[in-house]
Amino acid sequence: MKILTGNDLKTGAVIWWTGVSWSLDVNDSADVGEHGAALVAREEGARNVVGAYIVDGAKTDEGVRPAHIKERIRALGPTVRPDLTLKPSDPEAVNWVI
Amino acid sequence: MYKYDEYDQQMVDTRVAEFRDQVRRRLAGDLTEDQFKPLRLQNGLYLQLHAYMLRVAVPYGTLNSAQMTLLGDIADKYDRGYGHFTTRQNIQYNWIKLEDTPDILAELAKVEMHAIQTSGNCIRNISSDQYAGAAAEEIVDPRPYAELLRQWSSFHPEFLVLPRKFKIAVIASETDRAAMRLHDIGIKMVKNDAGEIGAQFYAGGGMGRTPMIAPLIREFVPLDQLITYSEACLRVYNRYGRRDNKYKARIKILVHELGRDEYVRQVEEEFAHLLTQPIEPPLAELERIKTHFVDPGFEAGASDDLDLTDPDFRLWVERNTHAHKQAGYVIATVSLKPVGGIPGDATGEQIRLMAQLAKDYSFDELRVTHAQNIVFPHVKKADLYTVWQALDAAGLSTANLDTVGDIIACPGLDYCALANARSIPVAQKISERFGSAERQAELGELKLKISGCINACGHHHAGHIGILGVDKKGLENYQLLLGGSEGADTSLGQITGPGFTEDGVVDAIEKATEVYLANKQGEERFLDTYRRIGMAPFKEAIYG
Repeated sequence: MKILTGNDLKTGAVIWWTGVSWSLDVNDSADVGEHGAALVAREEGARNVVGAYIVDGAKTDEGVRPAHIKERIRALGPTVRPDLTLKPSDPEAVNWVI
Repeated sequence: MYKYDEYDQQMVDTRVAEFRDQVRRRLAGDLTEDQFKPLRLQNGLYLQLHAYMLRVAVPYGTLNSAQMTLLGDIADKYDRGYGHFTTRQNIQYNWIKLEDTPDILAELAKVEMHAIQTSGNCIRNISSDQYAGAAAEEIVDPRPYAELLRQWSSFHPEFLVLPRKFKIAVIASETDRAAMRLHDIGIKMVKNDAGEIGAQFYAGGGMGRTPMIAPLIREFVPLDQLITYSEACLRVYNRYGRRDNKYKARIKILVHELGRDEYVRQVEEEFAHLLTQPIEPPLAELERIKTHFVDPGFEAGASDDLDLTDPDFRLWVERNTHAHKQAGYVIATVSLKPVGGIPGDATGEQIRLMAQLAKDYSFDELRVTHAQNIVFPHVKKADLYTVWQALDAAGLSTANLDTVGDIIACPGLDYCALANARSIPVAQKISERFGSAERQAELGELKLKISGCINACGHHHAGHIGILGVDKKGLENYQLLLGGSEGADTSLGQITGPGFTEDGVVDAIEKATEVYLANKQGEERFLDTYRRIGMAPFKEAIYG
């Protein structure tokens, strides 16, 4: 699947396109298919996102997982600070990143 | 330390107001990201892996306690409770909100700080020896010259859009603690046969994808020509440095391609021309700056006695303190490398504690080191145990300076958008494997440096042991280098061979240290043994 990501303009937080809006949780990501470039232009123009781009991903039993480690780290947070990740109460969460 | 005059303050305040308006226009939609990006970068604001990152300049690594306190407060108020001290003596915050940035910069301006020239193709924050003004062996305090260069380079209209970023280091000791020859320009303050102070210039050094050691380009530049000669060096680079390929745009490529002698010829020609122009500031300005760097009120006759009955304190004194020029005082380094910790990170609380200790026991002064530690430059020996106890209670008393546990590591793929592999987890594993007092004592001085990509922010080329993280078909892979050094004996590390996994590289280091211990003669450091016996025995042990 193709998923769309970027950063929130005001806060800089990593966000993922859900099909209708943006989410902090990669698991909410929608498959943007061939529409990624148009969405990037529209959403950046509306200042909903900054630095948006399309990445490869896959829907797994555990949720949506970007293909590349860099995007997986973006999705979760720094692997060396589990307390600052998207799932601070789950110390095992970093295992799906690496 | 240097105190802003009205011009410095006005310049910084004006920039804050300007950036506040630029942020407002960006959020209102009056500026696109393409228009805004160069503006935010000129104010130290990057967009990194997880959020905006703000890099705050610490000129030549010198801070007072009010500034340090604010750095701790910013960590708590605007970030997530910590800051990261960098290999260029700066600090960066990883979780900054765009809308907060003008307020942060305004708070910084109140204590004479800013984030200008921490990004972009300009002359970056000038670095120096963290022991400046305190070390027993220095010829002169290098900071007034660094400050003069800072004033010259700040918003220099001709050098705001150089072919690429430009880094200058200034030192004044034979012991190079600033990796001077691995900078675009390295300046060593020297004394000539007539006893006059001047500047020895090196140009064309750097790390990154094409590491080079800067050659000497002039033995002696008189103080009343320091800026003029610097200007000549920059002019030749600005005119002929490559702008068609960012990977070949640094001055090191120009000096290498022209050849050192031709670069020098062009600089001398430009220098001769510039000497006919009145661009050099009057020496009175340098003298004015020097008045900000006079010695603090050292206590004459302070005792050199130290009670070392506490074994942990003794170890820390042996490892983390350095001889001071004033009897009865020492230079003390606070390691930000606890065993298993994140190199260079400190919490807001720890930062404020170090600020308070500096205020109480180090004449209000601190230094940030390029090795990502903090220095109290002037501690009376009689106060040292009190300082250590306070550090110990805050988890800041790790005794590992310049040992295998004192690892330089860039933020790597955990934070950096440019990185190919994570640096910090590798540093943590090495620290845990080798970090005990016994292992560190056994291995002695061993400088280990890790970069998460070829840009070499972790200085891997200059590590006695260096590690470079690369992306190998989507997986993290680590190349091992041996034999680098950033000191007076600067050398570039050589790659051992094929790369390793994260655990594999730690095992490879173990084997390399075994070769060292088996071959060590006398008081040889790891680097000395490597230089004497060469790569082959290490390679055989690692891959054999």
